[in-house]
Amino acid sequence: MALRFEARGAASRAMVLGSPAIAVVLTLAASLVMFASLGTDPVRALQAFFIQPLSSERGVAELMVKATPLVLIALGLSMGFRANVWNIGAEGQLTLGALAGGGLALALYGYESPFLLPLMFVAGIAGGMAWAAIPAFLKTRFNTNEILTSLMLVYVAILLLSYLIHGPWRDPDGFNFPESRLFHDSARVPVLLQGTRLHIGWPIALAITATTWILLARHIIGFQIRVVGLAPAAASFAGFSRTRIIWTTLLAGGGAAGLAGVMEVAGPIGQIVPVISPGYGFTAIIVAFLGRLQPVGVVFAGLLMALTYLGGEYAQITMNLPNAVTGVFQGMLLFFLLASDILIRYRVRFVP
Amino acid sequence: MNTEPRLRLEGVTRRFPGVVANDDVNLAVEAGEIHALLGENGAGKSTLVKFIYGVQSADSGTLFWEGTPQRIANPKAARRLGIAMVFQHFSLFDAMTVAENVALGLPRSFARSGLEERIHDVSRRYGLPLDPGRHVHALSVGERQRIEVVRCLLQEPRLLIMDEPTSVLTPQEVESLFATLRQLSQDGVSILYISHKLQEIRDLCHKATIMRGGRVVAECDPATRSAHELAELMIGTDLSLPRRTSVAGGASPRLEVRHLALESSRLHGTPLKDISFEVLAGEVLGIAGIAGNGQQELMDALSGETPLADHHTILADGRPVGASGPNRRRASGMVFVPEERLGHGAVPQMTLWENALLSGATTSRLVNRGMIRSARAREFAATVVRDFDVRTPGVMQPASSLSGGNLQKFIIGREISHNPGIIIALQPTWGVDAGSAAAVRQALIDLAADGAAVLVISQDLEELMEISDRLCVISQGRLSPPMRTKYATASRIGLLMAGS
Repeated sequence: MALRFEARGAASRAMVLGSPAIAVVLTLAASLVMFASLGTDPVRALQAFFIQPLSSERGVAELMVKATPLVLIALGLSMGFRANVWNIGAEGQLTLGALAGGGLALALYGYESPFLLPLMFVAGIAGGMAWAAIPAFLKTRFNTNEILTSLMLVYVAILLLSYLIHGPWRDPDGFNFPESRLFHDSARVPVLLQGTRLHIGWPIALAITATTWILLARHIIGFQIRVVGLAPAAASFAGFSRTRIIWTTLLAGGGAAGLAGVMEVAGPIGQIVPVISPGYGFTAIIVAFLGRLQPVGVVFAGLLMALTYLGGEYAQITMNLPNAVTGVFQGMLLFFLLASDILIRYRVRFVP
Repeated sequence: MNTEPRLRLEGVTRRFPGVVANDDVNLAVEAGEIHALLGENGAGKSTLVKFIYGVQSADSGTLFWEGTPQRIANPKAARRLGIAMVFQHFSLFDAMTVAENVALGLPRSFARSGLEERIHDVSRRYGLPLDPGRHVHALSVGERQRIEVVRCLLQEPRLLIMDEPTSVLTPQEVESLFATLRQLSQDGVSILYISHKLQEIRDLCHKATIMRGGRVVAECDPATRSAHELAELMIGTDLSLPRRTSVAGGASPRLEVRHLALESSRLHGTPLKDISFEVLAGEVLGIAGIAGNGQQELMDALSGETPLADHHTILADGRPVGASGPNRRRASGMVFVPEERLGHGAVPQMTLWENALLSGATTSRLVNRGMIRSARAREFAATVVRDFDVRTPGVMQPASSLSGGNLQKFIIGREISHNPGIIIALQPTWGVDAGSAAAVRQALIDLAADGAAVLVISQDLEELMEISDRLCVISQGRLSPPMRTKYATASRIGLLMAGS
């Protein structure tokens, strides 16, 4: 008795677009079982996880705050994933963006100017790009696997962050805590809604979504990216440079992650701390796939994943559930998504 | 004496999603008979053979082996019965010797000691010269095929299945293969011979079963039928030969290649050595040769997918383009038709209009300042579909949904619609149904008649004899001097193909 996957004639388009919904439903069903076996009331737990966080204006604002970096990073990553460029080091690129932009804020501490924040954004983008340029160079020059190089650079970036805030960038009046000083006002991202942490990062992310959509759907660059991903030989026939696409997509991913990083330190956090991101760079990989590598899909997927972060915190406070539940949710979502994608394309046959 | 045929199939049916590959097929192969299975690509020959060899099951139908019904679950069971198969694509390890490769393909129970000796025996007895100690990568395609044949013969089969065995051989190699098969037949071995080459079947086979669209449409003695009759049975419609117009004399060269040398970037590829030729306005130049003699490398160099160091190696209408990439060459009036349709000439998952963008982005101005002009691209693709009789519901269909012939017509049509001065095609009718192949050849001839230079690199000698004005032969990366096609004979070309 053996299991065999057999290709279906053609994948149903409705199913391909609907598979994220199937994955969400299956994740909810599986989590009911999980909560029940943990000994908590599953319905109350789900309510604490998915309903209560959204029952106040503050909660909704917080959702967008968390979705901002996820959407930004996932937009950049989805460009690469379409070209089969597997940048999974966005977490490191985010860290470098935060360090470059935040470093500029610290260097110009006390200097009030409306140009400082845009400059910090540029520095953040450049920092993320520089970090992503390393795997791009290694891949185009030495044909290394970008999955390994980009991932390994995450840990280098985190160690660099750690060194800086334990050493040169530590707040001189900070009682030896490993934190930088708080950024001054000119170096902070303006808040949109009084009483919340919602900042201009969210509309910026939406504007970048629109730009990305135009690039991918209407511009020759998006077409080239798809051709390189689907049929490299056809790209060579068409005269599209694979090297250029690798550089473009890695730099786009790195730049977007870098921007997300500087927005985090100049926004909700307000200083450089040992942990800048609760794994946004990795979660964004799930967001990109859940959003079907489509810019608009990425926005919705980003909001959903942001909700798992928010819900995890709520459930921890109100029901004493472990924070690891967030990770379990995200993992299940990716698992069910990949599983339904496979089953849409293949049917399972038992071969005696 | 057993009166039952050695192999008999009754009512074999196999469905795939959207297509019936075998529809109630009956077939009988007698002992010692060379039986042709004739049909176009997609007629269901491969599916039927996979069933006999135990690679694939059938939905219904029975296989009788010498009168007893059998269920062949896998190739191992087939070999136990005495069925052996030589595949079109060899499964050999380049880095290993002939003897090692033969040993790998044999059942574990087979005695290993004295293997080299037995290889010698079999190859002497059936006229298959083979040195067991040589490495496979150093062998010609014909020699590689011999390894597969010898590997089968060592197991003393009673039915030998051969899938398109001559597609990679020189005319001389074909002759010696036929001698081997005739001797096997005299020794009582049945042979099921799959091909779409009519002349060979008439020369070799005792009986032919002709398939079309998954069904058996005829059974006959091929020697008593003309090639034309067989072709019509196979295709089901009247065949038209391409109409030729004679080339105007005194034409000037549009494509010039001077002393082209190139190391291959492929593993065990063929380096190109000092290749020079020119293609005149209004002329079809054919380059014949057996697979793996540098055709792919030549195509890469000509299309610009592998740009050259010396800009003046290739001249398009007098302009040097040797160091340019594909798009700069297109701007000089060159277009290209690669061998692989799916994945090289077209992106399978993309729609036809998107595939029009691959070569048309700059040439036919389907892109403006980086933005895709999708309405214009759809219109362009629709014109290609109409003018070149591409059978498809519309330009929103993915390329993968078209049959090989229709997709090839689309690709050729797309390139011709860019109004090229020079067209370079590699294997333009490979794996294409006969009707589409005729349309593709006619399109190339018409283009030449309009004054373009047409270069066709092909392994199909009949095709080149039919459409080209002059012929060269490529062998081990070297190109022979051109000859007028009307003075070219099969034996002369065969000798050039073999590298002498």
